[in-house]
Amino acid sequence: MELEPAPARTRIQIKNCAKTYADGTLGLEATTLEVEPGEVLALLGPSGCGKTTLLRIIAGLETPDEGSRILFGETDVTALPVEQRGIGMVFQHYALFPQMSVAANIGYGLKIRGAADAERARVVGDLVDLVRLNGLEHKRPAELSGGQRQRVALARAVAVRPKVLLLDEPLTALDAKLKESLRDELAEMLRRLHITAVYVTHDQQEALAIADRLAVMHAGRIVQVGNGEALYRAPSHPFVATFLGRVNRIERNDKQCADNTLLMGSLVFRCPAAWSNQKALLVRPEDIEVGSYTTGWGHAVVTHRSFLGDRVQLTLNAGNQVPLRADVGRDHAARLGDTVGIRIQPEHLMPSHEST
Amino acid sequence: MRSNPKTPALLIGVTWIVSVFMLAPIGLSVLAGLVNNYSVGIKSGLTLRWLLEVLDVYGSTVTWSLLLGLLCVVGNLVIGVPCAYALARSQSRAARLFEELLTLPVAVPGLATALALILTYGHMRDFRQSFAFILVGHMVFTLPFMVRTVSSAFQRNDLIAMEEAARTLGASFTQRFLGVLVPAVLPAIVAGSLMVFTLSVGEFNLTWMLHTPLTRTLPVGLADSYASMRIEIGSAYTLVFLLVILPVLWGLQAIGKLIEKHHGT
Repeated sequence: MELEPAPARTRIQIKNCAKTYADGTLGLEATTLEVEPGEVLALLGPSGCGKTTLLRIIAGLETPDEGSRILFGETDVTALPVEQRGIGMVFQHYALFPQMSVAANIGYGLKIRGAADAERARVVGDLVDLVRLNGLEHKRPAELSGGQRQRVALARAVAVRPKVLLLDEPLTALDAKLKESLRDELAEMLRRLHITAVYVTHDQQEALAIADRLAVMHAGRIVQVGNGEALYRAPSHPFVATFLGRVNRIERNDKQCADNTLLMGSLVFRCPAAWSNQKALLVRPEDIEVGSYTTGWGHAVVTHRSFLGDRVQLTLNAGNQVPLRADVGRDHAARLGDTVGIRIQPEHLMPSHEST
Repeated sequence: MRSNPKTPALLIGVTWIVSVFMLAPIGLSVLAGLVNNYSVGIKSGLTLRWLLEVLDVYGSTVTWSLLLGLLCVVGNLVIGVPCAYALARSQSRAARLFEELLTLPVAVPGLATALALILTYGHMRDFRQSFAFILVGHMVFTLPFMVRTVSSAFQRNDLIAMEEAARTLGASFTQRFLGVLVPAVLPAIVAGSLMVFTLSVGEFNLTWMLHTPLTRTLPVGLADSYASMRIEIGSAYTLVFLLVILPVLWGLQAIGKLIEKHHGT
């Protein structure tokens, strides 16, 4: 089923939005961000990074500091209370109305807007189909599973055709297995709804699976914005590199720094010119190639080997470096105690401090 | 829990003694209201004439007590529930202070509260001589019970999120308060109402100070009958209390349970 798209998709513009709490702590540094019409943008970061604060500011549930501006399309909504912003919001713990049936929960926003009963029944019916809750319309939230509840919450939020859909860690309260299946389902539903959406999460997998673009947040500010693949492959900030995946940190001494080279297991690698001022470089475990030790490869010894099902994780001692973590295929020949050759494609190296 | 087939005889004996000790006064009191002459005992024969006399002399106190209890509940719903919400959402120190102040009449002897009310409003003759004066006293005494119960329900995190959800969907304050929040805390409101009704119906010490000969509640009438009537009439009065008030309380409790069950949280 395809829902008719909202009249015009809305661009969200966040201009210079900051939040200082009453006790003086800065929850969010002045932030400027644009969400394209119809796009799903994830605000990704650890707890306390300001992502929920930013979401609540967009929603109108928090008041930003003086000078902050928020625009939905051409409309400046900074001064509008949450009730009049025309948003839909999905909460971490569902926040369903316990005394109302599934249908009444979904239809609540329409009822508030005074929609005719027939119209309400039609929209609720369509949404029940969309979120696959057929047959459960008359159940109470308490009678539903966590996944079903969150689907009711999503349907309730989009029933009023919001200009902007805001999701605050909607999958966090679910168990791992359910989370994964609902994640894919949610990604698909958001595509079908065509509503500009901001999705807050601390789970990078979730963000990569659901969002068109990611804004990675750290300590009250956005450190990098981009599509998931670009951020993963070419992070401009070490926090992005470490938060979006696992990394090895390889230190360089002054000479290596000056030469812009990297020493790995007795072999000297030349590094990309852009990283010449970096004291250390980062590399992902899956970007360390492990082969047999011949010319052109660095020397390393396997000190630990863990079979993880879909891959094998090796811990390598490459001489002067701290142990390196390398991920190889599950059928890789390297065994504990083996001497192996390692090398890294220079383009896989990432900076360890913010490049200017 | 399964009962142990070998309960020691001593335990059974003690249980019986305690039960008889507790139940005997009730039985005797009820019986005293039904015999012709208490000093002669059951030999004097059983009668309903004391009961009828109580209904004749004190019948209105029963009605007034039930009505006062009901009005007290209504008053608590109108004043107490919004007050509970305000206190639950306010972060200010003044709100905490007010909450303490509200609880004072529970700790302070009812006589003192009543005296304060008489000193302040006693000169308003019509008010002083009406049941409204007693109603105010009962409200002062029962409000903290309603407010505390409902306020802690409003403070729950899921209620805060629920209110935010209703706001994002465009609900005005009145719409979300009456349509979402109050139904969500209904079990707490029902529990509070039952408590308020029970307290109001049984309240004596504050009411005793506030009443006039024309505004008497059941407990005040009871005290009056004990003090000035035959012991048979006082006992019959107790019987009336048991016959009228207890079924009402049980009925209300059953309704409360039903609402809670239907509410299904």
